[in-house]
Amino acid sequence: MNENETVMSQEYKEAITSLLFQLADDDFLYAYRGSEWLGLAPHIEEDVASSSISQDSMGHAAMFYKLLEDLGVGNADDLAHSRPALDRKNSVLMERVNGEGYYMETPLYDWAYQVVRSYFYTQAKKIKIDSLCESSYSPLADTAVKVRMELYYHRLHWETWFKQLLSSTDVAKKKMDEAIKKVMDDFGDVFSYGNEKLLIEKSRLISSEESLRDKWNASIEPVFAALQMEVPKISDKPTKNGRNGEHTQDLVEALHTLSEVYKFDPIATW
Amino acid sequence: MTNLQNAAEEEQLAHFMQRIERGDKIEADDWMPEEYRLTLIRLISMHGISEIMGALPEKEWVPKAPSLNRKLGIMAKVQDEMGHGQLLLRVTEDLLVPYGKNRGDIMQDLFNGDLKFHNVFHMETKTWADAGIIGWLVDGAAIITQTNMLGASYGPYARALQRICAEEVFHAQHGESIIMALAEGTDEQKAMIQESLNRWWEALLMFFGPASKETTGSSKQDLTIKYKIRTKTNEEFRQLFFDKYIPRILSLGLTIPDPTIRFDEESKLWSYKQPDWNEFKKIIKNGGPRSHARLNLRRSSYENNAWVRDALSVKVT
Repeated sequence: MNENETVMSQEYKEAITSLLFQLADDDFLYAYRGSEWLGLAPHIEEDVASSSISQDSMGHAAMFYKLLEDLGVGNADDLAHSRPALDRKNSVLMERVNGEGYYMETPLYDWAYQVVRSYFYTQAKKIKIDSLCESSYSPLADTAVKVRMELYYHRLHWETWFKQLLSSTDVAKKKMDEAIKKVMDDFGDVFSYGNEKLLIEKSRLISSEESLRDKWNASIEPVFAALQMEVPKISDKPTKNGRNGEHTQDLVEALHTLSEVYKFDPIATW
Repeated sequence: MTNLQNAAEEEQLAHFMQRIERGDKIEADDWMPEEYRLTLIRLISMHGISEIMGALPEKEWVPKAPSLNRKLGIMAKVQDEMGHGQLLLRVTEDLLVPYGKNRGDIMQDLFNGDLKFHNVFHMETKTWADAGIIGWLVDGAAIITQTNMLGASYGPYARALQRICAEEVFHAQHGESIIMALAEGTDEQKAMIQESLNRWWEALLMFFGPASKETTGSSKQDLTIKYKIRTKTNEEFRQLFFDKYIPRILSLGLTIPDPTIRFDEESKLWSYKQPDWNEFKKIIKNGGPRSHARLNLRRSSYENNAWVRDALSVKVT
């Protein structure tokens, strides 16, 4: 459906809005966490590469917020910067800190966590984007086609790191195992549409939660098999569901930082 | 050394200087006098590590950038700086081969204070206007010194600078765009730029280095000119900076925080209040306001990620 061709039902618009907030907030927080790593990656080449991925992801967030703006939900910058934690629809996994410490001081970030979170999320995003390329809402399908081109490289990048670190030293293997556990603890809402599940699924905007989850499992199974590991199980009952506005203190603090200058004067042009 | 060896070396040196004089490019594997090699290592490793340390003050504003476009712009900008650092460290690594040193040694030299980084990156950032001033004026200053070396006698450095300078022009535009938005904004936003300029002015003058080695006890400008790595002196650079930026700063309604500054029509030179060169000496010896914090940040992240570098040295079949 295209808003120019057909008058959108209220229900359909609600479904799109809800899904777009999930997509936009996921990438916005993911890119924000990535930007905290700037200058601190394990080596300089990686700093350049992963910073490029963070930029692309921020660009994707901007495109999703723009689609919301086009629907008359609000100005893209306001949507990104001014909504409180309770209104955010990102997965809890995206808001988690990178490790110990605040980025303005001397943080001790966890590269294993960065690799696992990025790999699992990017793989999940690829599954979603593939489905969105067929979305009933054509502006979203068009955006998904653009995102998919860049995603190919992101996925390749993180998969390379994932395999390398799990095939190297005992220290790396132990850190990666711990990171996998930590990421999976928060993975339950990644494929959830929250309370909007029925509405979103029936609008044919994207495939069902279950179908995406199965595809994710199938897509990473060969990587795990090669590493002689089992694909970790995704919980279908997350302890917190970010899609319903359930979040942690990590998000509250992240929003405080990322909107500090914006909130100095939200009316001003920056 | 025998007389024969001496004569051979003198001949090599004479041949090398002839190549320099006629504008040949010296390449990594060519014979070069040790003084030339050491001058290049000092210059390029300092340039490279300054790009990397320079990412840290700006990075403080990346997550805080006040709009989606500003977030995208500053992320790209800081990434470029890291990319410049990478290019320059690769050039340095080739020069270090005869000494059996590598990138790990460059990092250790930074941590133990033997390798310096630019004075501007030892300074504190306080407001979003600093992100603008760094892009506009610090990168603007860097463009002046770096474009002067585009014809440098050392080929690998000259080629790296081609790309770096092209990107620095974008950075200066990015900084200028932040500053223009503030200059056209509210009274608070305007005050934010003036306050930032006041804090950065002295550091900007110091950026070009002292006019002569008498000021601080050492300066490598004579050597870099002798070997045609650059053509202009520190003071000539500073004057070019004034020529280019003073009119632009004034056109935004800002005040130069030096009431004595004036252009002498006769000499065609700017006279200005000298920055505190003792403070400069202190800063570049890692005694600046944020020297320790930034070195500590780089050191701790380097050590914290040592396990990753170990894991990368294992070949995966």
